[in-house]
Amino acid sequence: MGLDTTQRGRYWDNDTAMKTYDAIIIGAGHNGLTNAAYLAKAGLDVLVVEKNDYIGGASVSREMQEGWIYSSCSYVCSMMRQTIHRDLNLTRHGLVLVPYLGTVSYGDRGETLISYTSEEVNYNALRRHSPHDADAMFRLHTDLARYAQLIRKTLLRTPPDPTSFRPRDIKELLWLAKEFWALGEKELYEYIRFFTMSAADFLEDYFETDLIKAAMASAGIIGTALGVQSPGSAYILLHHVMGDVDGNIGAWGLARGGMGAISNSIAGALKELGGEVRTNAGVEQILVKNRKAVGVVLENGDELTAGIVVSNLDAKRTFTQCMDKNDLPEGIYEKAKNFKIRGSSGKVNIALSAMPKFTGVPDNRYVDRGGHNFVGSLETMERAYDCWKHGRWSDDPFIEAVIPSAWDPTVAPPGKHWMSNFVQYCPSKLADGPWTPEKRDQFGQTVIDKIERYSPGFKDLIVHMEIRTPHEIEAEIGLTEGNIFQGELTIDQLLFNRPFPGYAQYRMPIKNMYMCGSSTHPGGGVSSACGANAAREILMDLKRGNTVPEDDCYDE
Amino acid sequence: MNTVNRADNEAIDPYAEERLKRTYFYPRAAALNIRDAWFVWNGYKFADCYYDAEYEYFCVRNSCATYDICPMQKYIVSGADAETMLNRMVTRDISKLNLNRVTYLCWCTDAGRMVDDGTIFKLGADKFMLTCGSPSLAWLRKSAFGFENLSIVDMSDKIAALAFQGPTTCEVLKQMGLDGIDTLKPFNIMHFPFGDSGAGSDDKPLMVSRTGFTGDLGYELWIKPELALQLWDALYATGENYGIQPFGEVATNMARLEAGFIMPGMEFNEALKTIHFQHDHSPFELGLSWLLDFKKPHFNGRLALLKERDAGPEYTLVKLDIEGNKPAEESHLYSDKGCNHEIGYVTSAMWSPVVKANIALAMVKTKALKGDIWAEIYYGKELRHNSKQVKCTLKQQPFWAPARRRATPPPAY
Repeated sequence: MGLDTTQRGRYWDNDTAMKTYDAIIIGAGHNGLTNAAYLAKAGLDVLVVEKNDYIGGASVSREMQEGWIYSSCSYVCSMMRQTIHRDLNLTRHGLVLVPYLGTVSYGDRGETLISYTSEEVNYNALRRHSPHDADAMFRLHTDLARYAQLIRKTLLRTPPDPTSFRPRDIKELLWLAKEFWALGEKELYEYIRFFTMSAADFLEDYFETDLIKAAMASAGIIGTALGVQSPGSAYILLHHVMGDVDGNIGAWGLARGGMGAISNSIAGALKELGGEVRTNAGVEQILVKNRKAVGVVLENGDELTAGIVVSNLDAKRTFTQCMDKNDLPEGIYEKAKNFKIRGSSGKVNIALSAMPKFTGVPDNRYVDRGGHNFVGSLETMERAYDCWKHGRWSDDPFIEAVIPSAWDPTVAPPGKHWMSNFVQYCPSKLADGPWTPEKRDQFGQTVIDKIERYSPGFKDLIVHMEIRTPHEIEAEIGLTEGNIFQGELTIDQLLFNRPFPGYAQYRMPIKNMYMCGSSTHPGGGVSSACGANAAREILMDLKRGNTVPEDDCYDE
Repeated sequence: MNTVNRADNEAIDPYAEERLKRTYFYPRAAALNIRDAWFVWNGYKFADCYYDAEYEYFCVRNSCATYDICPMQKYIVSGADAETMLNRMVTRDISKLNLNRVTYLCWCTDAGRMVDDGTIFKLGADKFMLTCGSPSLAWLRKSAFGFENLSIVDMSDKIAALAFQGPTTCEVLKQMGLDGIDTLKPFNIMHFPFGDSGAGSDDKPLMVSRTGFTGDLGYELWIKPELALQLWDALYATGENYGIQPFGEVATNMARLEAGFIMPGMEFNEALKTIHFQHDHSPFELGLSWLLDFKKPHFNGRLALLKERDAGPEYTLVKLDIEGNKPAEESHLYSDKGCNHEIGYVTSAMWSPVVKANIALAMVKTKALKGDIWAEIYYGKELRHNSKQVKCTLKQQPFWAPARRRATPPPAY
């Protein structure tokens, strides 16, 4: 297919006397860089083109105020495939992932639920709310770990095509069926229920305390245009607890130096493997000749040719904005147009002159090193979703806050801090007309007003704010509607349905064209899995040896 | 030892003699030992961990952390014969050691088996400090036989010492007012004014050496007991904005393994405490041949070591990178996957959270080093016992060796 496999490294196209790359990858986000690194490792001559003047996409560190380094978009990490970290030697390229400590959840009436690192201490903390719920938490974690175990095994595997009769697909389907069947009949039903139910309903079976339910349910809505009561949110909850840090399932880590350290370290590995990254090189269009991808046209008019083209952009953007509709086979444009990628969240990054104090939280030097979840109650979170449905940002939003500078000495001046606030909900299209800088600032005001309620004096600490609505996220990072997952993680868009049924194996309807971003299996999150899976498929097509390692599971 | 140790009810405590001693930093360390996780070292109550061992380990790699080394043994050897005597005892040539320098070394029995490893600080023309993990006074006295102008003073209980390790340590010490600390090179010593001990006799009571056991940027702070708590308080006041945290034995053991450093009782048995003659170790076996200086005058164990140099050690301590993520603790090593031919054993093993690798130190038959190395790893999961056979790769370099550990001046973090 496409490339002559006897050719190695660079070669020149005689007709145009222009360099032809073996592969061009569009978008220097972490998946694009991972994909490029594994192709380069196989000896391919690869180029990553990036529209911004910096790399990283949504896994990025940016100094927006002198001395403060924000993880502007993604801010924590638990799905990063350890095997890729190890295989690409990312530590040597500067990556250090540090697990962070407990989290405080805040209720509407000022009550707090602190989740501690130590299981026993945590049990005691839960008991203060409800002895029943303290017991039930063990069962919840056990059940979630069991469900997550199965999904986790699929992360670094290509989903089978259930309609195909190719031996490989049949084999993979059988594997998947075997894994599912191993759960047993009862669990199988539970599992299917799990995929379709709401986070709130799912948690109802475990807990009686609203704050505990709300705290646990918050993971079910992050990055998704669903409410805690919406069917499908239970799976999102699982998506957020299936990661691990050094085998600690459900643990979350922070990257030293911010999330950009992840992209930068992968770029370091890529460059060492001979790959090239070009910034300020946005793609205007993917070039197609005779139903084959042959290169890209950059926004500046430059034409670059390549044996294959890999898009790390989301599915909607790739097919509706970077391709000529006439180049696409029938139906693809519509599929892309209808791809569910609704923006639901905003981000407010705040530079602080000191560590904020929160009401109801002891002055415990470890507690402030974790997260702060302003959940309120299930009711408050559902009402927040109602606002989104009506084209408004939530007037009492759910905020997941982390203060990375509490443990990372590299991201703020000594004694100063920065706070990452992930805010839900915030629509990409407002009912009362387009986003304006004024509306953006009002959204930011809503967020800090809420935090001030829990931390009197908070506003006085603010040195600088970066407010990002879906509008800014789309404009800067290129994520359609600012959807952080490059497409929602609902069952209709998961596994062999991601991004579209029939195209879940990273190959796109145009020959020599692939996708490697979070729009593909296993979806959003800084995991590097999409990029690595795509590389494995590409190398198979090019009849090159596979360079992508197998996953490193703790479940055996 | 002194007032710090005395429990209020000592007079009536029938178990007083059995209770562990407390270090000079104990009041502060105990307040921060939230988990009441104590261990013991040379008769002292000593933290296993304070809050969370992994968090403490990450402070060493990510910010800064203190490790109470009061229980470490410290001997001042001074006098006109001090250098000659020590040179006769240890394997390295300390006549080359400059003033205010520290060197790592070991000392052996006549049979060339390792008694202990430690460091020697050159504090004056005729004044040295030897530090080591286990009490060594008797061996020092034995080694001093025949030397006249010599004094050996056991200062173990009379100096307060705190290891301060991690990427922000230099910045913290600088902010604390230790002028010029950023110019201190690895294994060098500087003295600083500190506290309100009064001018005069000792206007620079704080000694800082750029040494440590973590393989990272770090220092060791030495001070008289009266100033111990003041030093702790100053360090923690400034360190608060730089992520300071005490760390215990568990985190130390993780950090030292990543750095490839050996631990008594893990990698080697002290020869004087080993019943079976072949169960102790030689410096060659431990990969410490670089500590042996055969060009200097005679030293303890020289002849036996020369013989071993020519024949080569039977076993060699190596660094292994092991497939998978199951730590190879107490694993046996084989030259084949079928585990038929045993070639050695793992001495220390762990999953390295910072490097993201399954690492180990292991004793392997020297002759087998050229071939394949397989580890048979046993592990449990929910009371089920499992085993797997995995491939091991030899590593020449330490698993963790950031440039900052040697950089002078070091980066701010």
